[in-house]
Amino acid sequence: MKKAKWLVPTIYIIFLMLPIYWLLNMSFKTTTEIINTYTLWPQEFTLDNYKKIFTDSTWYTGYLNSIYYVVMNTVISVAAALPAAYAFSRYKFLGDKHLFFWLLTNRMAPPAVFALPFFQFYSSVNLFDTHVAVALSHCLFNIPLAVWILEGFMSSVPKELDETAYVDGYSFWRFFFKIFIPTITAGIGITMFFCFMFSWVELLLAKTLTAVAAKPIAATMTRTASTSGYELGLLAAAGSLTIIPGAIVIYFVRNYIAKGFALGRV
Amino acid sequence: MNKTVNQKAWFFVIPVFVLVAFNAIIPLMTVVNYAFQETFGNNVFMWEGTRWFKQIMLSERFHASLGRQFLFTFIILFIQIPLGIAIALTMPKEGIGVPVCLVLMSMPLLIPWNVVGAMWNIFALPDIGFLGHSLNALGFDYNFTQQIGDAWFTTILMDVWHWTSLVVLLSYAGLRSIQPAYYQAAEIDGASRWAVFTKIELPKMKKVLTIAILLRFMDSFMIYTEPFVLTGGGPGNATAFLSIDLVKMALGQFDLGPAAAMSLIYFFIVLLVCWVFYTLMMRNEAKQ
Repeated sequence: MKKAKWLVPTIYIIFLMLPIYWLLNMSFKTTTEIINTYTLWPQEFTLDNYKKIFTDSTWYTGYLNSIYYVVMNTVISVAAALPAAYAFSRYKFLGDKHLFFWLLTNRMAPPAVFALPFFQFYSSVNLFDTHVAVALSHCLFNIPLAVWILEGFMSSVPKELDETAYVDGYSFWRFFFKIFIPTITAGIGITMFFCFMFSWVELLLAKTLTAVAAKPIAATMTRTASTSGYELGLLAAAGSLTIIPGAIVIYFVRNYIAKGFALGRV
Repeated sequence: MNKTVNQKAWFFVIPVFVLVAFNAIIPLMTVVNYAFQETFGNNVFMWEGTRWFKQIMLSERFHASLGRQFLFTFIILFIQIPLGIAIALTMPKEGIGVPVCLVLMSMPLLIPWNVVGAMWNIFALPDIGFLGHSLNALGFDYNFTQQIGDAWFTTILMDVWHWTSLVVLLSYAGLRSIQPAYYQAAEIDGASRWAVFTKIELPKMKKVLTIAILLRFMDSFMIYTEPFVLTGGGPGNATAFLSIDLVKMALGQFDLGPAAAMSLIYFFIVLLVCWVFYTLMMRNEAKQ
């Protein structure tokens, strides 16, 4: 029985790793090998696909664009959500429950519904094809999420903390930055992780709102798949590289994930 | 926690309100605008009333994609929720196994959605993909670009691969919050494994499971990128779910009126389900 318990997660992890392995496998093959033979590992190991990505500016600027708007979005979302989450966790005010639900509905709105109006709207305010446009549009689902997670963390901090600080003569903002924010760093870390994650993986809006200057890496890949024939090796290499930022982020927050899910009610 | 009434709290909410309103209300009004009018470009609009809504509600195409959407969502919920719970129950509770499991299992969640689609496309290709090649070698006639059943099988397998980990992580977090005293009491009473699961673990996981079902329902209901890259909605329209059909109508054929009406109906369905879940969730929380 004890041994069998290891079996389920192990099989599951193998199932998860198989397609990722296959992608890596493809990325180290030459195009001829991919098309002509079926091999479980690269016979002629090559790094050409990666070389192409790191030397061709249309490829690597895609990565920079993605990282640029994802970081921008994460900062905006968390900065705006902090005071709002504090308000929701500490105070009752007119329309608070409705406002909270309305925020959540935006997390639930299908991006496909918003794609066309977003395109027209951001074009009309001259923000089309900028990093700001993508970062702002991702606020649609990331801000509600950030408020939701942070509110969960803040509610688990006893209110006595606030009251003691005021008795000790702290002003509100001094208390907020010196005491309150340090006590919920884990929550802020988790929130940033989720904002990063959802902005990084989203493509529909990012693709609709960009043309050249702010094109995300994922869109560059789609274009390659359709126009320049079927360069599977290159596509696989680009795909493999998109896994890395996520893997790095997840390694840093690994201890908080389970905790964050429980407290943050994601 | 008992909260104090303070209307000034609105000032804290204003930045969030402005940012989300900027993104939600203005574009939504554009959709409403299109839904009731006919346009020939150049900003010329003609009032059409509810014509587009009637057209969509009666169209076979909408019924078909809505049906496919519900079927898909129910199948993946039916697989992912029990599977996620089962994996969470068997995961190690301490030691080096915990971070290893968490990091490896979270990997699929952090891969851009079109890369997930592309990865599964490469993985499932009948001639050079591991999955397709293996299935054909085993004697199955498998080709997801040609056969409807295979296309559904691949799409569902991809979604299970992509999102089961979210259910695992949530359930695992729920399980971890159970005090050891509960298990000790169960052992003293001589409770069976099944009784421990139904009487202790499941009730404790109720809250996180509601969230898991809610999130999985919503996200699978608006799924677009992964099946679009994997199958392109095909063969034929076999895997054209609501979002795929909508984008095809709005950006492909530029039928703005019907597409806008469909958007509103689509959004309304999501909103309705979301409201039901939210009310149930809040009621549960109030009880505790």
